[in-house]
Amino acid sequence: MPEIETFYDVMRTQGITRRSFMKYCSLTASALGLGPAFVPQIAHAMETKPRTPVIWLNGLECTCCSESFIRGAHPLAKDVVLSMISLDYQHVLMAAAGHAAEAALDEAMEKYHGNYILAVEGNPPLNEDGMFCISAGKPFVEKLRHVAEGAKAVISWGACASYGCVQAAKPNPTQATPVHKVITDKPIIKIPGCPPIAEVMTGVITYMLTFDRLPELDRQGRPAMFYGQRIHDKCYRRPHFDAGQFIETWDDDNARKGYCLYKMGCKGPTTYNACSTIGWNEGTSFPIQSGHGCIGCSEDGFWDQGSFYDRVTDLTQFGVEKNADQVGFAAAGVVGGAIAIHAAVSALKQAQKKTQSTPETNKEEV
Amino acid sequence: MTDSTASSPLAGTDADAEDLAHVSRQTSVYVYEVPVRLWHWINAAAIVVLCVTGYLIGSPPPTMIIAEATHQFTFGYIRFAHFAAGNILAVAFLGRMYWAIFGNHHARQMFYLPILNVEWWREVLFEIRWYLFLEKRPKKYVGHNPLAQLAMFCFVTLGVGFMIITGFALYGEGLGAGSWADRMFGWVFLVVGGNSHVVHTLHHLGMWWIVIFMIIHIYVAIREDIMSRQSIVSTMISGHRTFKDDDPN
Repeated sequence: MPEIETFYDVMRTQGITRRSFMKYCSLTASALGLGPAFVPQIAHAMETKPRTPVIWLNGLECTCCSESFIRGAHPLAKDVVLSMISLDYQHVLMAAAGHAAEAALDEAMEKYHGNYILAVEGNPPLNEDGMFCISAGKPFVEKLRHVAEGAKAVISWGACASYGCVQAAKPNPTQATPVHKVITDKPIIKIPGCPPIAEVMTGVITYMLTFDRLPELDRQGRPAMFYGQRIHDKCYRRPHFDAGQFIETWDDDNARKGYCLYKMGCKGPTTYNACSTIGWNEGTSFPIQSGHGCIGCSEDGFWDQGSFYDRVTDLTQFGVEKNADQVGFAAAGVVGGAIAIHAAVSALKQAQKKTQSTPETNKEEV
Repeated sequence: MTDSTASSPLAGTDADAEDLAHVSRQTSVYVYEVPVRLWHWINAAAIVVLCVTGYLIGSPPPTMIIAEATHQFTFGYIRFAHFAAGNILAVAFLGRMYWAIFGNHHARQMFYLPILNVEWWREVLFEIRWYLFLEKRPKKYVGHNPLAQLAMFCFVTLGVGFMIITGFALYGEGLGAGSWADRMFGWVFLVVGGNSHVVHTLHHLGMWWIVIFMIIHIYVAIREDIMSRQSIVSTMISGHRTFKDDDPN
């Protein structure tokens, strides 16, 4: 590739028109929750600031983050993101392979040392010295530590890098560990989701370029603008929830009418993400809109929260498949039964005491 | 503290000499002051509402199609009742804590356990033996008996405290990031690992913890009222603990 200075340059070389570029800027501004006044600022940053290099590592993962990333809603997002990331190193997209690819990684790291953003898709398994995930002949955890050393900041793409996802689900045989527990000395942004929404991914990188800082993060280190609200808070089926109109069984009449999926185990009320506002695949739909409950894929340990199809999910801690209400009801039943027996014995004792104390005239009686 | 009266302690004509002798010896201690009693009954009412609505929030009633969703707010009212009762419970609990500081010493009993006091543990053991029918004659206590104190601390102070904290954390999710509930109680989610679904489950279990307490509490209060040597149920209405005998122990 020729010498590339700014994102805008890259886009122009890829044949993107000025008009399309401005559309991208305004789309990004609104996705980030910024007013129209910020559009020129974003455009200006993309035109003038040197391109932020992004090195993208793939650990233990399924590549759904990459798949999502290249399907940005804006027609040009594909080109934009492809020019954003350092194509010298991205397992799915790079042209090089083998030693050439690893050499490209070394070169990129050296050239942008201290400046590049490390985007991690997947996580390192730590068991058996990390042997469960080998990349270029070495445990992935070593590569991760090595590349993170020269990074300005780390982006944890997806539930894998953020929380561990399916490979970290109990019993987690490979000891798959989220990135922030391995890299502790760099600022880390979590973009959870399985996968995360494409616009969220591009939006975060654009924000970092425009404002030269990390976006505002919530307590768990997620960008507040995308993860500040639950799916439930912006769900278009919310009026049915408030009305108490639920789908009772799959494909009942209520399902056809598009009632709330709460009773079917929808995790919207406990899931922080932007699906119900941004949507997926160019805003076409999102799980609830297509008639299936949210499974809470952007939440910590979502695989270990019991069934996707129960509202009150099973507690595995008791070694039985019972939910909190069943366990509680059983405990209350045991206590109630014990009390009934206790009351019966007490009544007998009291009766016994009364008959015994009758002769000695009201010594104990009132 | 004795309430002995000089001349005729009983009005009416159906009191015989024996009754009069009794009454002249009856003792009564003012134990539960007005704020404590008020709290007890407000708390009880709030808990009943919270348990019923809380259960329904986890397992909603069958779908009612009364009107278009715009004009129907059935589940919303259930949640509203839950939140309103929860706020009342929390404010009442704060008031109860205030009274533990400024009220009489009985008001403090619920909030601490004298775990270093050997005598106290002996009394706990005695009470357990009493409930296992191993002791023939119960003892007299002015405030909570030691076992009751242990139960109140674990079920009410810790139990209700836990429900208030987890409840406001969940409430904060609805109010949104940056709301007072989120800022004060949002840390709860980090404690459980981040997924608020865990807090929902714990909040459910907490309800059953309190339901179990309610079953035991009501049973034991009535049983003690009948079988012990002091008043129990009426004490939470009048505040006075009366004793059924004058025996020294």
